[in-house]
Amino acid sequence: MRQITKDFPGVRANDAVDFKVAQGEIHGLLGENGAGKSVLMGILYGLYQPTSGEIFIHGRAVAIRSPAEAIALKIGMVHQHFMLISNMTVAENIVLGFEPDGYFWNRKEIAQRVAQFAAEAKLPINPEETVGQLSVGAQQRVEILKVLYRQAQILILDEPTAVLTPQETEALFRAMRALRDQGKTIIFIAHKLKEVLSICDRITVLCRGKLVGTEDAGATDESKLAEMMVGTKVVPATRIGEATIGDRVLEVKDLTADGERGERALEGLSFELRAGEILGIAGVEGNGQTELVEVLTGLRRPTGGKVFLSEADLSGITPRTALDYGIRHIPEDKRKRGIIPGFSVKENLILGDHCRPPFKGRFSWLMERVIRRFADKRIEEFQIQTPSRDTPIDSLSGGNQQRLIVGRVYGHQKRPTLLIAAQPTCGLDVQATRYVRQKLIELSDQGAAVLLVSADLDEVMAISDRILVIHNGRLHEASKRPSRQELGLLMIGGREDE
Amino acid sequence: MIGIWDILDVALFAAMIRMATPLVLAATGGVITERSGVINIGLEGMMMLGALFGVLTSYWTGCPWLGVIAAMVVGGLAAAIHALVVIRFNANHIVSGLGINFIALGLAPFLSEVIWGSRGHSDIVTGLPRWEIPLIKEIPVIGEILGPHSPTVFMILAIVIIANIVLFKTKWGLRITAVGEFAKAAATAGIPVQRTRYICVIISGILAGLAGVHMSLGHLSMFTWGMIGGRGFIALAVMISGNWRPYRVLAIGMVFGFADALQIRLQGLGVPVHFMQMIPFLVTIAVLAGVMGRSRPPADIGKNYEP
Repeated sequence: MRQITKDFPGVRANDAVDFKVAQGEIHGLLGENGAGKSVLMGILYGLYQPTSGEIFIHGRAVAIRSPAEAIALKIGMVHQHFMLISNMTVAENIVLGFEPDGYFWNRKEIAQRVAQFAAEAKLPINPEETVGQLSVGAQQRVEILKVLYRQAQILILDEPTAVLTPQETEALFRAMRALRDQGKTIIFIAHKLKEVLSICDRITVLCRGKLVGTEDAGATDESKLAEMMVGTKVVPATRIGEATIGDRVLEVKDLTADGERGERALEGLSFELRAGEILGIAGVEGNGQTELVEVLTGLRRPTGGKVFLSEADLSGITPRTALDYGIRHIPEDKRKRGIIPGFSVKENLILGDHCRPPFKGRFSWLMERVIRRFADKRIEEFQIQTPSRDTPIDSLSGGNQQRLIVGRVYGHQKRPTLLIAAQPTCGLDVQATRYVRQKLIELSDQGAAVLLVSADLDEVMAISDRILVIHNGRLHEASKRPSRQELGLLMIGGREDE
Repeated sequence: MIGIWDILDVALFAAMIRMATPLVLAATGGVITERSGVINIGLEGMMMLGALFGVLTSYWTGCPWLGVIAAMVVGGLAAAIHALVVIRFNANHIVSGLGINFIALGLAPFLSEVIWGSRGHSDIVTGLPRWEIPLIKEIPVIGEILGPHSPTVFMILAIVIIANIVLFKTKWGLRITAVGEFAKAAATAGIPVQRTRYICVIISGILAGLAGVHMSLGHLSMFTWGMIGGRGFIALAVMISGNWRPYRVLAIGMVFGFADALQIRLQGLGVPVHFMQMIPFLVTIAVLAGVMGRSRPPADIGKNYEP
């Protein structure tokens, strides 16, 4: 790709980028959120048309006007958000748009064909299964098979590890190496440095739409890449000095709760959390952490057990009472629970506090002037990049939305007593991640009890004072300074001594 | 005193089939367009235009078959407008569909006034012939129920079967469903989302036009202003309770057809007209309230896709 420039209204997403990939390599494409990685690859896959620039494949200039044309050029893309139809079967998803000839659709024959194809590609899968019932890792396998079925020679993987467990990531990397050994070319879009270094042959870094450089994976390291990505040196967020642990804030006793489908999700959890402490809860997604967070924030009714907040019994409260008690929440699903997409930045900043003075005035009027002043203050303090306080929040980047949510949990006057942060940096880039973690530490230094629920082991290990691992709805205490090994074992239900 | 068997006679069941026909036709069209992700609440208007232009063509040419073709063309054109507004210009599907209905609602009495000098109804024109099935017509009761009917009645079986085969046994059906479930995924799999949707919406208009001409040329041999009378909307209820599947649409269409036939029959027996006219709508509410079990619409329905 030569001199690719892409303008969107008001933004230059790619600025004269030269990007070269050799056949048979795994090439990492690295950059912060909004650096232009996905746009550049979108251009290669025909999703966007470049404002200027040319694309060459095997030395031949090509124009790629649609995904169909990209597929014809043997380019395939596995999107970050899976492009799978969840109520269709695996086989249907794989052959969709690329069905065998003939007018009629022979379910059995196609299933057989797909099963055989999957076995040959060494990515075995049951073709008759409905995609919506597969695990995330298996769905990704379907996506890769779909791309391979279209005979792709160049595979673009857009942040494929963002949704995977460590085990699934390992399996993906094995599959990627096998594909490379078959002569396929893989472009791996990512922002986790460790992963890029462990799997890629060469790495290209983008920063704010511009090419920074291309490095051999063997000749570079994490700090150098981070510097290239951000433009300055990044110091990871850690607690300076010892945490000052205070009184017990939260006590959970034999808590049980059911999940979305009525299955038992929490099997009697007990733990406590003290003021000024950050308690990390690690675990593979779907082991009960979502339900735990929901019970503590009043979004889900427990079926048994007790929750105490500084001696007050808060079992089965409503979210409103939770807020009254100073329980604040950084939700796991930002779009569903963190923000109201149609609302402005200002309105989102006061959500949850809108019903309290000083935002609520006499006769329930919203105190516009107070709200505006508050919004402007928060936007400045938390460096939320937004054209104005009245901009709809949808048009902000994910990182800025998360800054807003963090700004909101700081509360108006009173700091939270208990902060529940669920996957607070999921999908964020290096700088935003560092910022959010720094703020969590800052809050705990100010005396808040912080419950950090995260699937990112590095995150839990970096800022927690104590770590619990959740597995199948039960908690296991890790040692004081646990190794990744130990935590990984606990996450899959094993113990060190077994 | 009127006995129950005076009401539930052979003629009533023949009327059931006749009244079910427009519902099944329009609802099958609805199934096709909605499976591709486009809502079409303009079915009512498209039926009305089909009924009107069918009569008009028969009035001018004397040939009811040309009227049928004209009705399908006009229904398809109205649908093409809806498709253009929705697919090309990203309009809200409900608003555009309502627009089609209001155009039809205004155009019909206007043309009727200009051509026949009455905004309420047209002159009587040559209607479609009545067909009987040889052999079957000899069977008592069943023979009387299944004929003689307008040819449009016999078409529904073929159309429902073809629709079912196309939707569930061919790759086009798979693609249509994919477009309606997750347009972006379909697009990245190389399927032309917009073209697929245009075709499906236009087919729904053609079927709605056919449903309309069944009401006019196949039934009364004239056009009257209120003749569609909300059947386009009932067709939507048939489509929903039929869970977007042609065979179930056929079965449920018969239930509604029965309600409609019963309503007309009871009118003839001196029961207050307005009360009886509510029957099909009461059935609609009962069915939609879940008597038929839950149904699941296509996931991307009503959502516009911009490549």
